[in-house]
Amino acid sequence: MTYYAFMGALEQGFAYGFLVLGVYLTFRVLDFPDLTVDGSLPLGAAVSAVAITAGIDPYVSLLLAMIAGFIAGAVTGILNTRFGILHLLASILTMIALYSINLRVMGRPNMTLLGKSTVLDPLINSGIGVFNAAPFLFGLLSILGLLALLWLLRTAFGLTMQATGANPQMITSQGVNTSRVIILTVGLSNSFAALSGALLCQSQGAADVNMGVGTIVAGLASVIVGETLFGCRSIGRALLAALLGSVVYRLAIALALSFKLGQFSITPSDLNLLTALLVVAALTLPRLRRKVWRR
Amino acid sequence: MIEIADLVKTFHHGSVNEVLALAGIDLKVKKGDFITVIGSNGAGKSTLLNCLAGSYGIDSGHIRIGEQDLSHWPEHRRAALISRVFQDPLLGTCAPLSIEQNLAMANRRGRIHGLGKGVRRADRELFRRQLKQLGLGLEDRLRDPVGLLSGGQRQALTLLMATLIRPQVLLLDEHTAALDPKTAQQVLALTVQLVAENHLTALMVTHNMRQALQLGNRLIMLHGGRIILDVGQAEKAEMRIEDLLQKFYSVRGEEFVSDRMMLV
Repeated sequence: MTYYAFMGALEQGFAYGFLVLGVYLTFRVLDFPDLTVDGSLPLGAAVSAVAITAGIDPYVSLLLAMIAGFIAGAVTGILNTRFGILHLLASILTMIALYSINLRVMGRPNMTLLGKSTVLDPLINSGIGVFNAAPFLFGLLSILGLLALLWLLRTAFGLTMQATGANPQMITSQGVNTSRVIILTVGLSNSFAALSGALLCQSQGAADVNMGVGTIVAGLASVIVGETLFGCRSIGRALLAALLGSVVYRLAIALALSFKLGQFSITPSDLNLLTALLVVAALTLPRLRRKVWRR
Repeated sequence: MIEIADLVKTFHHGSVNEVLALAGIDLKVKKGDFITVIGSNGAGKSTLLNCLAGSYGIDSGHIRIGEQDLSHWPEHRRAALISRVFQDPLLGTCAPLSIEQNLAMANRRGRIHGLGKGVRRADRELFRRQLKQLGLGLEDRLRDPVGLLSGGQRQALTLLMATLIRPQVLLLDEHTAALDPKTAQQVLALTVQLVAENHLTALMVTHNMRQALQLGNRLIMLHGGRIILDVGQAEKAEMRIEDLLQKFYSVRGEEFVSDRMMLV
């Protein structure tokens, strides 16, 4: 792998890091399989691209993207808790709806940011180097995001988030409205996914309505890779594992793309298949190992 | 003062499986009453407790605590006034969270769980003192996940959590039935101690008639969703298990046998 490919993988790993932290929040903390992120990640990209094109500061556009993502997630939470729709189906409905909404937001299928200012400009101008700016900035931001989540999970509200996933009856008996916790947590998770989308569109220079396809599987794969490699004994450890999992996953993909065997090489279009296989393997290997052990 | 008036609850309403679980319960509970509730399987004991706690909505009737009518309050809102201990020792505590985190959540029952620190230093002192009276050594294991504790330890912790903030009424739903006899005895002793110390009002469902006669100051017997027997302290003190069975026969004219009804 070249140095540029390596830095590119780091950049992607950290940019997707927010998404992975969000997926950890829904899948692991809340036990809520949320596919909304396939729509909220491009939503974040679309909102950020439109905002920047309209002359809004790139950093402010990140905030707008997060607000949009939060609303998308909250809709999924409301469909699930207030209307009693199965969580998986509720999130698929929001995801499908977001495809149309994202097209409306941008007014076209994709939008380029060529020549527009981005969050990377201040760093690039400081002379750190075009290829180092994004990994550095995104790494810094994602660590800040991780610390913010760690703080949140240790607050009184954070404890109710964890309890809502682990034992809803118990936390209801303590006077907590689990519906509200679910709506807020799924909203927060999707604001993180939207932030990933906004960062990605600014570093890639374009937002595309199809950039969200397979997001949830990639996010889940990163969470599982992280857990397997770095453990998840405490909340802090698990959050760090999720973030590092995201980086490792992107590095693995960069490696796979550089793989060549005679005429055959892996193309980006193969990545969804590979990721799906990776998740299946990660989910079934522990079970297989137990079976073999018992024999 | 808790007032339950003409409480009716049916399951599977309008279907062939319709079951009339509560057929009009009238009950006035005075402050400080410790009522034991007995009855055969399907009598409506657990349904009554679940309707009080708000886990089940009610068809008709009223539930009042003091001046407040909470007949249609959601479960989480009632939790400010009502605390409960379940039969399943795993239901009352949150396994992946630590002992102190569980207690911290119970210490905010019915209040806002905001963005302040989950467990504060001052809380820890209180938790240590409270845990000490359980005599289980849990005061030295504040940061251990609750999932590491045994069923009896978890049930004792649940009891402590249910009384950490004084409830208007404590609901105990066969909370010792899933424990081994020795542990059950310890948890029961702790129950009596906590109820007495805090002057709590309590409803305890049990299948053990001896227990029902020994504990509390009042006993009610349910059958077919109705209260068929309601005796106060004086009368209860004179009663024997045979008398309870006798009462039951005379009221219902049916045979009162159940494999879960323990005679000794």
